[in-house]
Amino acid sequence: MELFSNLSLGLSTALSFTNLGYCFLGVLLGTLIGVLPGLGPVATIAMLLPVTYGLPPDAALIMLAGIYYGAQYGGSTTAILVNLPGESSSVVTCLDGYAMARQGRAGAALGIAALGSFFAGTVATLIIAAAAAPLAEFALKFGPAEYFSLMLLGLVAAVVLAQGDVFKAVAMVILGLVLGLVGVDVNSGLERFTFGLPELADGINFVVLSMGLFGIAEIIANLEHSGARDVFAHKIGKLWPNRQDMRQAWKPVLRGTALGSILGILPGGGAVLSSFSSYTLEKRLAGDPSRFGKGAIEGVAGPEAANNAGAQTSFIPLLVMGLPSNAVMALMVGAMMIHGIVPGPQVMEERPALFWGLIVSMWIGNLFLVLLNMPLIGLWARLLKVPYRLLYPIILLFCCVGVYSVNNSAFEVGLTLFFGVVGYLFIKLKCEPAPLLLGFVLGPMMEENLRRAMLLSRGDASVFFTRPISLCLLLFAIALILLLAWPKARETREAAFQES
Amino acid sequence: MRQRLCLSLPTLSLIRLQHPDFLAGAFFVLVGLATLTGARHYPLGTAMRMGSGYFPLVLGGALVTLGLFISLRAWLQGVRTCKGRNALDIASPALFQRFFRSKLRQGVRRVLRPTVLISIGVLAFTVSLGSIGLVCATLLLVSISGAAHHEARWRELLPLGAGLALFGIGVFVWGLGLPLPVLPLR
Repeated sequence: MELFSNLSLGLSTALSFTNLGYCFLGVLLGTLIGVLPGLGPVATIAMLLPVTYGLPPDAALIMLAGIYYGAQYGGSTTAILVNLPGESSSVVTCLDGYAMARQGRAGAALGIAALGSFFAGTVATLIIAAAAAPLAEFALKFGPAEYFSLMLLGLVAAVVLAQGDVFKAVAMVILGLVLGLVGVDVNSGLERFTFGLPELADGINFVVLSMGLFGIAEIIANLEHSGARDVFAHKIGKLWPNRQDMRQAWKPVLRGTALGSILGILPGGGAVLSSFSSYTLEKRLAGDPSRFGKGAIEGVAGPEAANNAGAQTSFIPLLVMGLPSNAVMALMVGAMMIHGIVPGPQVMEERPALFWGLIVSMWIGNLFLVLLNMPLIGLWARLLKVPYRLLYPIILLFCCVGVYSVNNSAFEVGLTLFFGVVGYLFIKLKCEPAPLLLGFVLGPMMEENLRRAMLLSRGDASVFFTRPISLCLLLFAIALILLLAWPKARETREAAFQES
Repeated sequence: MRQRLCLSLPTLSLIRLQHPDFLAGAFFVLVGLATLTGARHYPLGTAMRMGSGYFPLVLGGALVTLGLFISLRAWLQGVRTCKGRNALDIASPALFQRFFRSKLRQGVRRVLRPTVLISIGVLAFTVSLGSIGLVCATLLLVSISGAAHHEARWRELLPLGAGLALFGIGVFVWGLGLPLPVLPLR
């Protein structure tokens, strides 16, 4: 029954006029950036972080969360209508969604994507609400050794489950950890890697790093590809899926929701992995796999439900343990810090209204998205015709003003530019920047907990293996690494990402 | 035969050096070495009381090792692919030079133009924002960085810049109340 009292507390917070407004604004912005290719949720949230200074903390977090799951919706719209994944999580939706659109069934595809996502969002919200309290209680037992092992597990999982080359991903994580070293060492007061610059004494600003790597670098990379985008004016058709569509789609939606909910919790998982795995699963379970890629509604329903469920359950590690599991969650940590909230298990106790309000707002946001997207799809399709040459100066201006306004510092805008060029280099060298950001956020926490754990154990490193929870976490990390060495598992991992 | 071998060896290495993984590995090694160099004066401490230098040392070492591994792997992979058609096609020095030059020119046009113009635009914005205000800074940013697109047109960029400047005053300064100077003369 505690669950219901918590949910009603959340409902009263989320339904306040201000929060409702910011939730709506968040999902609207999220859909917008999801529709526009070349602008992802990471860059947008980074851009808006400084803007949330003036807002009350619950409104700020509700809006930023709305951007994230709103982007999942918007991304699928462009995937279906113009064969362009607006977000990386909707890459697989292109395959069958676009095929359906070419058969004149775009409406059915969009409809099932929206309904499936709404169902998945509802279930995921309930899962978060039910799992949060027991998990947070469990997390309160964690000492520094457990936290260190947990973060190590998080980084390992992020590498194993991420796309692309494992070794480069590990190197990027370490690079992120190194960047996290910059600034005054909290234990000794010594300045590390600041090059004598007072601007770096507090470390590299998180907004600066993420905006450079995800905002400016993306722009430069997009400018290099000169290919023109074709936007076809398709007939969207009837928006409501017919009865046969429903009969074919409900099972994939259920499976996608379950898969996404589980994979979303894993570090490095989130929306992308969920949608890829769901597509693979549906194809394997289908009676006639050859229909896939030619407009099978299961190939839209499953992944769309999965990516939305994954997007939402990836909030669990953040809200319960204070550990971000992907780049967007890392930004949410930044947002919480801005408002003086230290993410961790204590948030639920200390600020219940904020905690439950955020969770309930996710469900309300999902409702908004269905109501918003069904009638507005025509408008989104028209928005796609805005050429990139007019779009990127706008994005660039927002990036610059956003970074400048954090500290009114011209130095930080320059630093952002530096990371932008470095990020472009990463794109050229085929290095994924997301693990770097995760390492950057976890780095200082990891070092702090490592040093504290070693101090408590009087320099005995075996503490990580003798404390049961810590041992379990480390064993789990080792199991993940071994999984990667097992050829069959590696094949599956590669196949899951190369479906397109 | 012998001459051909001599010519193709540097060609081979050049192709291998272009492998993105080789460059990525080299980059990681460089950053790792920089970390180790920067951290050499930080106190190491003991396992019980770790000093400020402990974590950087471990990270720098790991980065160098990984970088070496990634580069070496790419180098060995490069040998395999270069033994194929690619290397033979450009085995003669004249052909190779032409290939290299055209690649270079292509690279300069396609890669350097966006990078340089975006950089100059952002820097101009940064420098001018504090001194001559948001309006001029926005116009500078849009006109310089906007020209980075290969289809950029002035008759589009100038109205866009003007519109964004007005939008900036409305949203950033009035709406969000950011303390930004608007015009050169206040």
